[in-house]
Amino acid sequence: MTMAKRSPGEITLITLAIILAILVLVVPLALIFSFALREGLGIYLANILEPNTLHAIWLTVLTALIVVPVNIVVGACLAWLVTRFRFRGRQLLISIIELPASMSPIVAGVVYLFLYGGQGLLGPLLQANNLQVMFTPLAIVLVSLFVTAPFAARELIPLMSQQGTEDEEAALSLGANGWQMFWFVTLPNISWAMVYGAVLTNARVMGEFGAVSVVSGAIRGQTNTLPLQINLLFNDFNVTGAFAAASTLTLIAVVTLVLKSALEARHHG
Amino acid sequence: MARKHSKHLLPGFGLTMGVSLFYITLLILLPIAAMLLKVAGMGLPEFWRIISSRRAIAAYQITFSSAFYATLINGTVGLLLAWVLTRYRFPGRRVLDALVDLPFALPTAVAGLVLVTLFAETGWYGQLLEPNGLKVNYTQLGIVLAMAFTSIPFVVRSVQPVLEEVDQSLESAAETLGANRWQVFTRIVWPTIMPAFIGGCVLSFARSLGEFGAVVFIAGNIPGVTEIVSLLIYIRLDEYNYEAAAALAFVLLLVAFLTLIATNALSAWQTRYVERSA
Repeated sequence: MTMAKRSPGEITLITLAIILAILVLVVPLALIFSFALREGLGIYLANILEPNTLHAIWLTVLTALIVVPVNIVVGACLAWLVTRFRFRGRQLLISIIELPASMSPIVAGVVYLFLYGGQGLLGPLLQANNLQVMFTPLAIVLVSLFVTAPFAARELIPLMSQQGTEDEEAALSLGANGWQMFWFVTLPNISWAMVYGAVLTNARVMGEFGAVSVVSGAIRGQTNTLPLQINLLFNDFNVTGAFAAASTLTLIAVVTLVLKSALEARHHG
Repeated sequence: MARKHSKHLLPGFGLTMGVSLFYITLLILLPIAAMLLKVAGMGLPEFWRIISSRRAIAAYQITFSSAFYATLINGTVGLLLAWVLTRYRFPGRRVLDALVDLPFALPTAVAGLVLVTLFAETGWYGQLLEPNGLKVNYTQLGIVLAMAFTSIPFVVRSVQPVLEEVDQSLESAAETLGANRWQVFTRIVWPTIMPAFIGGCVLSFARSLGEFGAVVFIAGNIPGVTEIVSLLIYIRLDEYNYEAAAALAFVLLLVAFLTLIATNALSAWQTRYVERSA
């Protein structure tokens, strides 16, 4: 009905949406690469390979390499628990896991400061044993685990409750043990949702700014992640350098979007 | 193996419960409890003095009003995008659909860097706006735009699935009975998508309240003018004023709790609402 001839209203709405998307989404993307490359490819590469930026890239990747697998495994455990069993406090558990994502990243950082910092709950104990957590890469990892805690579970819970338990019960009745059932029946069913959860977790871990800026101490060449390095370069008036660093994270964001829409297309068949 | 947990058909209850409780206790509850202890230890008068200081109240006003305006923008833009993406087929629709998530995928620091550069006096947008007296950087308008940008996807992604499910034969029937486009929208489409729309707006508002990365780049951070609550907390930490940081963080945490409760209530309402109208 609407395919053959477009009404004026339809044309107006589509045009409006496209203009908005170009102004708000496409132009910013173009600006990042145009500014990163505005002094030429040589300068761009030099900016990326600058030791502090390179170290920030390394620290960011390292954090993601630890945080993403941990939160995927924990997310799968949590999803198994709340979708396969009914128990008291189940709903509360689902709400608690959502808590980190609903608070300001700054608050997430503050919360960790009051656990591990000098003024914090464990501060005196850590000091007595000469241990330092705050302002080290460990603090960055912990706070990143915290802010991305719900991401994997959020993808897995709806899928697993929708899939039901027939397949798994069948496997068990055919004599599979628990691990065989998980490995050969559950995992293939949820693998795409796990990949999707990993992609979203990774994007957030690599881009986290507020929480990390509170706990990292932002020491150049030591505890600076890429988002902090961007801020530092910008404050140093090194705009091209800031955009060069930003372009690496933007590439990851674009890859995230491509993977996400590919996975969704696959999921919808 | 079924002997141990005869209550449960499937294995793994003990293991997954153990891992989940260990993780949640150690990584989520313990840190939050540590901050609550800090706040509880400071005494009510001191707590009240900090959270009702003139600078804090100015920060609440700026944060809440900016988040409100950002949500208004996102409600409108989100509804338009969701409608166009679900109802019309046009070249580039798939790309547009994927691009909507850009603000979630793009780190907030990158978003802030881009916005402050776009709206600078000599920036791509700033050079068009500033001669006309519209200054974005270092004003509240900048905060609103940064908050709006980082939370664009919420309304779109809340409304989109519901719009896809709407029974379009009802709309055709209404049109055959002589209803005009506007009547069809207000009487049939809007009541169906309203709970999802409000849910998306609540999420967008909550995210805007907590947004930090994008805002600090563009706000200029002038106390009482463009200083949001998150930034005030950060400044207090920088001054080693941990009590003030804890008290203000508690206020934001309370707001986060309330939004979580509100979204849970809303989604329960939405489920009932859909069931009733089905």
